[in-house]
Amino acid sequence: MTTDLLNVSDLRVSFATDTGVARVLDKVNFSIRRGEIVGLVGESGCGKTTLARAILGVLPVNSARIDGGRIQFQSENLLEMPSERLSKEVRGRTITFIPQDPFSSFNPVFTIGSQITDLMRWKSPLRNTQGLTRGSPWWSLRRYEKQRFKADRARVLELLRAVQLPDPEAILRKYPHEISGGQRQRLMIAQALLPEPQLIIADEPTTALDVTIQAQILKLLRQLAHDRDIAVLFTTHDLGTTYEICDRITVMYAGQEMESATASDFFNRPSHPYTQKLLESLPRDKERIQGIPGDIPTLISPPTGCRFHPRCDRADKTCADTRPAAKSIWTNHTVRCYHPNTDPEVHRELINQPYPDP
Amino acid sequence: MTTEPPQTILRISKLRKFFAIRNAWNRRIGWLKAVDDISLEVYRGEILGIVGESGCGKSTLGKTLMGIHKSSGGEVVFEDQPLVNLTRQESRRLSRQLQYSYQDPGASLDPRWKIRRSLHEPLVIHSGLDYQERDERVKSILDAVGLPQGHLELYPHEISGGQQRRVGLARILTLHPSLIILDEPTSGLDVSVQATILSLFLDLKKQFDLTYMFISHDLSVIRMLCDRVAVMYLGKIVELGETETIFNHPRHPYTQSLLAAIPVIGGERITDNFWLEGEPPNPSALPSGCRFRTRCPNALAICAESDPPLRSDWPHQQVACTLAE
Ligand SMILES: Nc1ncnc2c1ncn2[C@@H]1O[C@H](COP(=O)(O)OP(=O)(O)OP(=O)(O)O)[C@@H](O)[C@H]1O
Ligand SMILES: Nc1ncnc2c1ncn2[C@@H]1O[C@H](COP(=O)(O)OP(=O)(O)O)[C@@H](O)[C@H]1O
Ligand code: SF4
Ligand code: SF4
Ligand SMILES: [Mg+2]
Ligand SMILES: [Mg+2]
Repeated sequence: MTTDLLNVSDLRVSFATDTGVARVLDKVNFSIRRGEIVGLVGESGCGKTTLARAILGVLPVNSARIDGGRIQFQSENLLEMPSERLSKEVRGRTITFIPQDPFSSFNPVFTIGSQITDLMRWKSPLRNTQGLTRGSPWWSLRRYEKQRFKADRARVLELLRAVQLPDPEAILRKYPHEISGGQRQRLMIAQALLPEPQLIIADEPTTALDVTIQAQILKLLRQLAHDRDIAVLFTTHDLGTTYEICDRITVMYAGQEMESATASDFFNRPSHPYTQKLLESLPRDKERIQGIPGDIPTLISPPTGCRFHPRCDRADKTCADTRPAAKSIWTNHTVRCYHPNTDPEVHRELINQPYPDP
Repeated sequence: MTTEPPQTILRISKLRKFFAIRNAWNRRIGWLKAVDDISLEVYRGEILGIVGESGCGKSTLGKTLMGIHKSSGGEVVFEDQPLVNLTRQESRRLSRQLQYSYQDPGASLDPRWKIRRSLHEPLVIHSGLDYQERDERVKSILDAVGLPQGHLELYPHEISGGQQRRVGLARILTLHPSLIILDEPTSGLDVSVQATILSLFLDLKKQFDLTYMFISHDLSVIRMLCDRVAVMYLGKIVELGETETIFNHPRHPYTQSLLAAIPVIGGERITDNFWLEGEPPNPSALPSGCRFRTRCPNALAICAESDPPLRSDWPHQQVACTLAE
């Protein structure tokens, strides 16, 4: 336990909506170790973005409520940390964020360079060491010492080169709409790396990209994070993407985590009924492709017990009554299910479906 | 596999759609060649895939075929009828048999109408059926796409994205078309819903003897579903042929890079091996010669000289690359 960089336990979050209270996260557990890339996979609406925002402490104030649980980061519970410290020392500093919609995170009226300068003024790793935060807030607001500015700028350019943006100096003079979606995502990665964080939360960072650009970005992110020993929480709805980039994987359904394992074990022995259904849905063999019967439940009156039970062909009465506890079926492999399907024959079928080599 | 020769249902020759690029004073300063001299045949009963990255002209191709965009040149023959200078009646009949399903499902459903009205409307326009007859047809089609009758009384916002696609499909099917152009029919859907919709396409195809032109950027879906596939890059077809041949022996470097980019569970990791660099050039300022040469790892000086045509030097496969062998 002590080796976890981030440990989320029994986290519950709800939203007030017009039609009632939506219980969006229901006792979610998962963890990330130092330097590890963890994939959080699930279909739309299962709570990936909500979880990411809860960790960062940026849930919408008016509608969201945290009903319980812990978010342990290093040695502290972020849910109990004073918000001022959270924004000064954690958010944008030791934990950075790559949002689902990269466009919204840039201000269209300023150049990219001026926005990055602004970011570095507050979040540069050089900031604390030089004692520039002393004095009144007014003083620090105007002050961005020449020397640190120069050092920061050199680092910015170095990182823009590291994310393989062509002609970094020119990019800094451009406005956000003047660069392509792929370049914007490279820029987001550079920005997320700048404060030398411990953890990057990347919320579906490649969903809007074309496959060749996605492949470039995945490769880049994996290399940079591993080289710098930065942990990444990578959310996605695409199992294939997690195979490419993740060291460990957690599957989520309707606000509950269902299965967690190291990437290799996950893909060799996927055992939770929901995970198996997801794999059967992948477009591979037209004779065998199968969707999941039924619909995603509403979270205002979610199913009791295991939230997957109305759609699960292994469900029994217990499943509907009580949610199963996490149980370890192999080393580093847990499921929340009373009846996981651990048949090796089924595993082989699911993974080695005909997928002839190109 | 049948041995009889394929029968052409749609023949496209040298089709073009150029959009004018205008400056601030509305003067034309150039052309964006969204569809640039495309020639293609669609065979009756097949699923032909059109694949390529965003902006390569897939939707423009579909919409130009349908007459939603006026073509800038070329010829289209559908069911042995050239699609130009038709009498009103002929054009009506043909537009019933050739249907286009929009990329954005919301676009084809009026938010103010209940599903029943949306499904009746095409029949009101295109058929002489009375209300009872129309309603019977609507109900049987609704059944075929797997929606309960109760949904007839709902509004589009009251049903899920996957169900909206089904309604969109039902709307088209009421007219008994022979060829349907499906434009990204599952984009934005979760895989589990996509799976259900894809198997529905296969069932309906059998049940109604349909031919599909299936536009998608998802190579896994294309591979699973299509008999033949056309790979597009910046307004041109760069490779065309039988799906299995192309996926097993891609000969155009662009096709090779696309295939290398698909995550394959259990396969080699793209994060270790992916090799394509750079992004597509601005479509309104294409490079001379081969339009892939700015990213192509094999490019030589001759690639800048002329635009390579599709060569049919291989069985079941045509490739537009000077150096392909
Ligand atoms: N009405 C229009 N006016 C001007 N340019 C257009 C118009 N419609 C499309 N284009 C341009 O034509 C090119 C092809 O667009 P198209 O929508 O056909 O691409 P696509 O392959 O369907 O992309 P996607 O995968 O994003 O749907 C793009 O460069 C686009 O910007
Ligand atoms: N601000 C909000 N107000 C009310 N409900 C919300 C809000 N944000 C998200 N939700 C609901 O929470 C659930 C999970 O959403 P989200 O975390 O965005 O899922 P994902 O990122 O996995 O697609 C959904 O049912 C969504 O409708
Ligand atoms: S706990 Fe029961 S309902 Fe839930 S996934 Fe397992 S078998 Fe299915
Ligand atoms: S013609 Fe030349 S540049 Fe074009 S794809 Fe072939 S090798 Fe590459
Ligand atoms: Mg999200
Ligand atoms: Mg399109």
